[in-house]
Amino acid sequence: MDALSINQLRKTYANGVEALKGISLRVEEGDFFALLGPNGAGKSTLIGIVSSLVNATGGEVKVFGTSVQADRSRAMSHIGLVPQEINFNQFERPWDILLNQAGYYGIPRKLARQRAERYLKQLDLWDKRDTSSRTLSGGMKRRLMIARAMVHEPRLLILDEPTAGVDIEIRRSMWEFIQQINDAGTTVILTTHYLEEAEQLCRHIAIIDHGEIIENTTMKSLLSKLDVETFVLDLRESVFEPPQIDGMQIAQRDENTLEVSLPKQKSLNALFGALDSRGLHVLSMRNKANRLEELFLRLVDKNAQQNGGGSQ
Amino acid sequence: MNARVIWVGYKTLVIKEVTRILRIWSQTIIPPAITMTLYFVIFGNLIGRRIGDMGGFDYMQFIVPGLVTMSVITNSYGNIVSSFFGAKFGKYIEELLISPLPSWVIMAGYVTGAVVRGLMVGAVVTLIALFFTKLEVHSWPVTLSVILLTAILFALAGLINAIFAQKFDDIAIVPTFVLTPLTYLGGVFYSISLLPEFWQRVSAFNPILYVVNAFRWGVLGVSDVPLTHAYGIIILAVAVLGAACLYLLHRGTGLRT
Repeated sequence: MDALSINQLRKTYANGVEALKGISLRVEEGDFFALLGPNGAGKSTLIGIVSSLVNATGGEVKVFGTSVQADRSRAMSHIGLVPQEINFNQFERPWDILLNQAGYYGIPRKLARQRAERYLKQLDLWDKRDTSSRTLSGGMKRRLMIARAMVHEPRLLILDEPTAGVDIEIRRSMWEFIQQINDAGTTVILTTHYLEEAEQLCRHIAIIDHGEIIENTTMKSLLSKLDVETFVLDLRESVFEPPQIDGMQIAQRDENTLEVSLPKQKSLNALFGALDSRGLHVLSMRNKANRLEELFLRLVDKNAQQNGGGSQ
Repeated sequence: MNARVIWVGYKTLVIKEVTRILRIWSQTIIPPAITMTLYFVIFGNLIGRRIGDMGGFDYMQFIVPGLVTMSVITNSYGNIVSSFFGAKFGKYIEELLISPLPSWVIMAGYVTGAVVRGLMVGAVVTLIALFFTKLEVHSWPVTLSVILLTAILFALAGLINAIFAQKFDDIAIVPTFVLTPLTYLGGVFYSISLLPEFWQRVSAFNPILYVVNAFRWGVLGVSDVPLTHAYGIIILAVAVLGAACLYLLHRGTGLRT
């Protein structure tokens, strides 16, 4: 069964802005799905409609087969939402926020207490359960919203930029937690601007731009579309002009650093072999940009050109 | 929808609202108690002694039902308008909007919280009144039913205000420019029989007149309007405002884009 199925979804705001132009999308149960797009592409509107915070102008959204428009209550009982902006009462304690949220989903107090304890502990907030939420750090507030979204144990968890502004250590612990949740069977939809995050975690991906889906495929098949990858190589020897290697574009950053654009059909072994034959030894190597980031920018640029505008 | 989910959700909302009222008791209970004490001292005691009887009772006794009603009106209205608008402003109303709870449960939870606050303050004001005068309730069923309906009615009115409010000014305008004048002109401090006929007719359009007089009938057994008219108008107003709240919440006015 599809965890989420969206058919011809349209949204035009009162000011005339057409945020969604007939989007159709399917997310399978158990999937870890990335929904990417530049700012203003329509991601938050889409999530808003799925979670019933935004009224659709047309089309249909089904959550585990239940139409959000026809049976909102039933559809909402399956969803947990971590929004982009902090949206809990900052004068309440984390403990109360979780208990109240559980109550809104009909979970009895005793069970709500057990779950609140479990998720606060899993997200390293147990020590803060009785402090006023406004005193929590930015990272803690984000983790509290994840704990809140999980307290009724939804079948579909939607995370709208959950790691925005969070330091790398906490971000990684959040990835781990979300991965565990997905492994346990919860379908996860993630929007993020950290494309490394999407590449590492997600199996399927949809890219939305100007209210339209411009790509919807598996992460593997999307990444395979990358025909040229650019690497930065640190050399032991100094070079004064970039070596010429057949089929590769090489630029020089400084006397010990090269930037190599490697076509998909060429292997790294061929590159290393060619450099070795010129007496050059590679000390370290890294991607110039994240692979998904390169593809994302190309797709969005292409779409912008087709729409007659520049890239965002 | 599952009855258990509805009951647990409703209970959660009520507990949250009552906890809020008790947590900020110095803002919710104490100020109305002080204000009403001043009314009793100044209007009831100092000025009232010079006024003499009104409606067959001494002036202090006459104004007690009006002041109790006034405190219930302002507190039930004020509670829901600040709590619901606060949730809207802080965006945590979204916790409820994305939950499976139907609109009527959200309405019932907030209205119950407001009714609890209105009745708590009403009880405190009644206790204060007993320091100044003796009260013998004429009809407990009328007294209790009218005060309960009054709290519900003005909680619903406050909820509509909060639904439409976009900024803090919007939740202050109605109480300041509509509710307070109507309350003062609704027979809290006088019998409308003292007014010229024209102003008596104008007063008949003030819904607070019916609330105050129905409650006064329950406590003292006197009223400027027939009790059946008062009940009819109060129940009709509760039904109309309740339906309006449900419609607005269901449609998502001011809440969903």
